[in-house]
Amino acid sequence: MTIYLLCFALFLVGVYGLITKRDLIKIILSIGIMGYAANLLLILFGYRTGAIYPILTQSTSVQPMVDPLPQALVLTSIVIELGTTALLVAFAVRLFQKYKTFDITKIRRLRG
Amino acid sequence: MNNREGMTLIVKTVTRLTVWIILLYGFYIIMHGHLTPGGGFAGGVILALALLNVMLAFGHKFTGEWLNIHSLEHIEAASALLFLIIGIIGIFSGGSFLINFLSHGKLFHILSAGTIPLLNLVIGLKVAMSLFLVVWVLAGLKILKGDVA
Amino acid sequence: MIILCFIIVPLLTAFLIILIAGKKDGWGVVLSLVSAAVLFVLSIIGIIQTGSQTLTYRMGGWKIPYGISLVQDALSSFMLVIISLIALTSLVYSITYVRHISRDWKYYALFMLLLTGMNGVVATGDIFNLYVFMEISLLAAFALVAYGCEAEEFEAAFKYAVMGSLSSILILIGIAVTYSVTSTLTLAKIAQELPLQNPKLVYWIGGLFLAGFGLKAAAMPFHAWLPDAHSSAPAPISSMLSGVLIKVLGIYVIIRIYFNVLGAPAAFLDAFLILGALSIVLSGFLAINQWDMKRLLAYSSISQIGYILLGIGIATPLGIVGAVFHLLNHAIFKSLLFYDAGAVEMALGTRDMKKMGNLTRVMPVTSSTSMIASLSLSGIPPFNGFFSKLIIIIAAVQAGHPVYAFWAVLGSILTLAALMKMQRYGFRGEKIIEAIKAKTTWNMKTAMITLAVLCLLVSLLVVPGIREVTLDPVANVILDKTGYIQMVMGR
Repeated sequence: MTIYLLCFALFLVGVYGLITKRDLIKIILSIGIMGYAANLLLILFGYRTGAIYPILTQSTSVQPMVDPLPQALVLTSIVIELGTTALLVAFAVRLFQKYKTFDITKIRRLRG
Repeated sequence: MNNREGMTLIVKTVTRLTVWIILLYGFYIIMHGHLTPGGGFAGGVILALALLNVMLAFGHKFTGEWLNIHSLEHIEAASALLFLIIGIIGIFSGGSFLINFLSHGKLFHILSAGTIPLLNLVIGLKVAMSLFLVVWVLAGLKILKGDVA
Repeated sequence: MIILCFIIVPLLTAFLIILIAGKKDGWGVVLSLVSAAVLFVLSIIGIIQTGSQTLTYRMGGWKIPYGISLVQDALSSFMLVIISLIALTSLVYSITYVRHISRDWKYYALFMLLLTGMNGVVATGDIFNLYVFMEISLLAAFALVAYGCEAEEFEAAFKYAVMGSLSSILILIGIAVTYSVTSTLTLAKIAQELPLQNPKLVYWIGGLFLAGFGLKAAAMPFHAWLPDAHSSAPAPISSMLSGVLIKVLGIYVIIRIYFNVLGAPAAFLDAFLILGALSIVLSGFLAINQWDMKRLLAYSSISQIGYILLGIGIATPLGIVGAVFHLLNHAIFKSLLFYDAGAVEMALGTRDMKKMGNLTRVMPVTSSTSMIASLSLSGIPPFNGFFSKLIIIIAAVQAGHPVYAFWAVLGSILTLAALMKMQRYGFRGEKIIEAIKAKTTWNMKTAMITLAVLCLLVSLLVVPGIREVTLDPVANVILDKTGYIQMVMGR
């Protein structure tokens, strides 16, 4: 149970960074930390006590294995977050070209 | 460090040797995807890292001349189309989309498991090209404080 | 079998466009128009073929609880018709509109990916597959919002991307909790297994999904990204985002999860009522305050999503019919209003209503269609908006929520005020404008007139004979949780 609470604490660290930091790059890194917390939670939910890795080779016999499905889900989720991060970084670079600053409190032309 | 001209001589010499080893390692991870951990995505990332190694060591302009960037974009779109076509062939050979229509072969051999090695290869190529092109385009933008947009 | 084509055809088209197109956008236009027309015809065939039964398709040949399944029932077919219709008119409109920004094929490839993602969300019966398709459509939407490459568009797209990522991660945590409790990812099997577990888990899962999908649907406390994103995007993309994307990614998934999987728990229905009423009234007031034409329309989008959430929260058959009908109507007239705003922006070069004048003489088609759409949105008979709002208000009174009916009526009056402001300043100002920068071309006029005619024709769906064929099967599918489980798991 404490492991899940620590994972949630990692998520809260990401949320803290997202809310309080003013630099665009730090916001992107905080989103990355939140993504790591969600992926970690998925893999932790797949653990079974006393089981081995879920790969069948010629030397291992059939034993209880951990759940391989969350590992496939995490693989997909990492790819999606990679795409989102690449897009966010491209936006950050173009925002710097237009506004000449990385400070989010100064990028506020749209209001109301 | 000026990222237009690349790094020092030691880095350039070592990169000339190790790029091919990294590419070989990437293909190994892709082709053994149905036997060991890894598969299409992880192998594709390693392939992209090999090409990015060249870009970091030799500079952006040199890489643009050494590789034909236009054909890399075509490889990327063609691999995605090939994935869909393998799935559609599954429909015509009497099953559902993406069904495994080739023979399953013997267990633990490299040419087994039907269409899975083919799909791994296609995904590996696509991921490699996409990742390399994304970082290549981002490296080509000018963001130094003195440059005008 | 038909439902598989909805995912394969736009995906194939997107990659073909990237491969074939050269420097100009000729092949992009042709391929995307062909595939949008094919999808529209297939969706009409699909809704006639489905009727009130449910068809499933197993991907890769795996059996239903173990593999990914595609489910085609009345609700999915209905949503696919809406998506295909708005996509077709949007593509017809954008043939000449996008040329003012650039003559590139990238717009059409991104549009096809957006269409793939939305079709996939509607068609799938597996919760992680839904997450993947949702992310595909969101990435395409982020890139399309910033397509014009102006400073404000990048700011709006960055804001949208950051808030979208936060809500996607919350949804992923919700999926993780669901999987750890039920050990399955198929929606029907989750619906079967979830009542056997601890009842408090329903609140956890429901709360996480409400925060995640509520942000995608732009309900009131989560709406902050919508005015920027929808006013900065190019006009056909604004109409796709506001007309279909917030409904598919937000409202459709909320209906699927809260009614078919979680079984409509009472606490969440109250939450929908409160969020709906909040959205209607607060964004109605905010819309009156705007001087930017597209920002006003974006705030009124939030208001209409509040109506749909109110109809869902009432949860009687009449309320669901009203919500689903309002979904269709809002897609039609809001898209039409965004097309008109785009034509005005192209003609005058500005979106500020203080600088506009009387456009009725120079742009007759645009002015008359925007008047028709404004009357529909405000709820004036005989246009379609009146009937759907009336059904929601009557359902609220009949179910014993008279206060919410009062808020709905108040929201309707506020919407009328905001749209009359748009008509008075935007189209019928004081000075008469003689010269415009760019004329409205034939394809833009075709898209506008088609939607304006549909505004009148769709109100025929309330007639009792036609309603039993089109809208009632949708409401029956939504309210019938055990029927959904049986239809999907039984095969």
